[in-house]
Amino acid sequence: MSNALKTFTNGLLKENPTFVLVLGMCPTLATTTSAINGMSMGLATMFVLVCSNVVISMLKNLIPDKVRIPAFIVVIASFVTLVQLAMQAYVPAIYDVLGLFIPLIVVNCIVLGRAEAFAAKNTVGLSALDGLGMGLGFTLALTLLGAVRELLGSGAIFGFQVYDAGYASLIFVLAPGAFIALAYLLAIVNKIQKKDK
Amino acid sequence: MAYFLIFISAIFVNNIVLSQFLGICPFLGVSKKIDTALGMGAAVTFVLTVATIVTYLLQILLVKWHIEFLQTIVFILVIAALVQMIEIILKKISPSLYQALGVFLPLITTNCCILGVAIIVADPEQLMAKLPGDALSANLLTGTLFAFATAIGFALALVIFAGIREQLALAKIPKAMQGTPIALLTAGLLAMAFMGFSGVV
Amino acid sequence: MAKLESTFKNMALSLVIIAMVAAAALAGVYSVTKDTIDEQKAEKEKQAIFAVLPEQGAGAVIVDTIVSPKYGHTVYRAEKDGEFIGAAVKTSAVGFGGKQNIMVGFDANGMIVDYTVLDHQETPGLGDKISYWFKTDNGRQNIVGRYANGAFQVSKDGGDVDAITAATISSRAFLKAINEAYAAFRGDEVEAATSASQVHHEEVVAEPEEVENDNLEKEADYE
Repeated sequence: MSNALKTFTNGLLKENPTFVLVLGMCPTLATTTSAINGMSMGLATMFVLVCSNVVISMLKNLIPDKVRIPAFIVVIASFVTLVQLAMQAYVPAIYDVLGLFIPLIVVNCIVLGRAEAFAAKNTVGLSALDGLGMGLGFTLALTLLGAVRELLGSGAIFGFQVYDAGYASLIFVLAPGAFIALAYLLAIVNKIQKKDK
Repeated sequence: MAYFLIFISAIFVNNIVLSQFLGICPFLGVSKKIDTALGMGAAVTFVLTVATIVTYLLQILLVKWHIEFLQTIVFILVIAALVQMIEIILKKISPSLYQALGVFLPLITTNCCILGVAIIVADPEQLMAKLPGDALSANLLTGTLFAFATAIGFALALVIFAGIREQLALAKIPKAMQGTPIALLTAGLLAMAFMGFSGVV
Repeated sequence: MAKLESTFKNMALSLVIIAMVAAAALAGVYSVTKDTIDEQKAEKEKQAIFAVLPEQGAGAVIVDTIVSPKYGHTVYRAEKDGEFIGAAVKTSAVGFGGKQNIMVGFDANGMIVDYTVLDHQETPGLGDKISYWFKTDNGRQNIVGRYANGAFQVSKDGGDVDAITAATISSRAFLKAINEAYAAFRGDEVEAATSASQVHHEEVVAEPEEVENDNLEKEADYE
């Protein structure tokens, strides 16, 4: 049991895909203009991550080693398309905002990385937990970054106006603000980690 | 003139890395030295242009057979296969070019700007939104030019960034900011500089 | 179960099977979601149209959809109890950052009822104010309730509409889109020759831009 718990929390904290491994930067920067957008992107990625981890760990003995990467990509791309179709049908407003970045989950290094590094070697249950932990870690990071940018850039958090938007510095919603906000978040995480040691 | 504006727009105004956030991974990963940045930029330019032409033609088939929903799978497989093929062909035809670009080619498959641009160009509506003004229509020529210009923009951003990071390596930086944080901060300032181009076209 | 060997047969077979299963599964999902996706798109368009019609298009039906040959803008003509009540026009222009797509509604007399900016690429905080600026009552910036005479201009260019502060280019593009929408709207209306359009003509006669409008009518005379 402790093994399962360890697998799950690994992605949340110790190997957080955004703050520690620094993977999947494109959606991290592009879709975090508000907390809710960041969270939606994180959840979509988490869904793909869990599903592809489960399927790949089930199929791992049926896929010859030399063609494993194309096979993994097909599995991942199928789930991405599934998410894409489902979002278009049931949450079109969010799909419009995230747009291009939904199909681009395919090339998110986190998904293929976990398939290769974890799911291809572990049991179905553990792979699902790993996907869930990594996905949650990614979602939390994106929500946090989205919340920071939304709060600084438009004076709101999850759409609730906290202070007058006129005092907010718009730059945080724009492209440069994405880089700068993430830079400082990473620096804070670095600082905290150094203290722990 | 309108074709020339595609270049201005894709390289400066809507720079793919600094304002569209595509291809950030190689932007952060292979930008420690100007030499490698140039190699990566050239490899991306080559692959992006070829991949866009191929996927554009494939999209016509997908639409004809009413299987547009397979777009993501087909595109990513084609891009992966294409990169492999380019690698093999380069090895045979031009070993010197292969030496220069070879190491970067496998990395390109997971560069999201390739798939991203391919998806944009394949959809006439999205491509129209990216073309400057309304004098141009979405077709293979404008799509290819857009892809090529975008890749040049990627290469330019990468080389500038690498130039700054070479200097940065010598600077004294607070411990917590070392590595990725300071790189991101630099990218943020660079993005701010590129924002000055907005409205040019 | 032992891992499959990397023989050519195994590799080809496993890849083909995975690809086929994936394609079949997606085809299934696609057929399930297709109708919903189409419905959502149609619903979104319908909402955008009705939001700008007189009285939000209460009780009205879209009787005609016409694409203006000159500008390519789409005119959605609405009728209520068989009487023409106005039209929504999907129009666009190139602004500061890129294309602005706007849905604007006219009543039967050519008065602007409301507008919605469908999408745009203007600078946040400056040009993106187009989404509410021109329907806010403040000085001469409001165009809602005015009779479009096809020649709105920002005050800087000698017109009578106040541009958004520090975003003249965005404002110019916006007004150009509205003017074109009006021309498209009017071209269709002449063809329709309803009693409503008669009223409209009488009202517009006094406008100095009548000559220009007549030209537009002739150019839009396509049916």
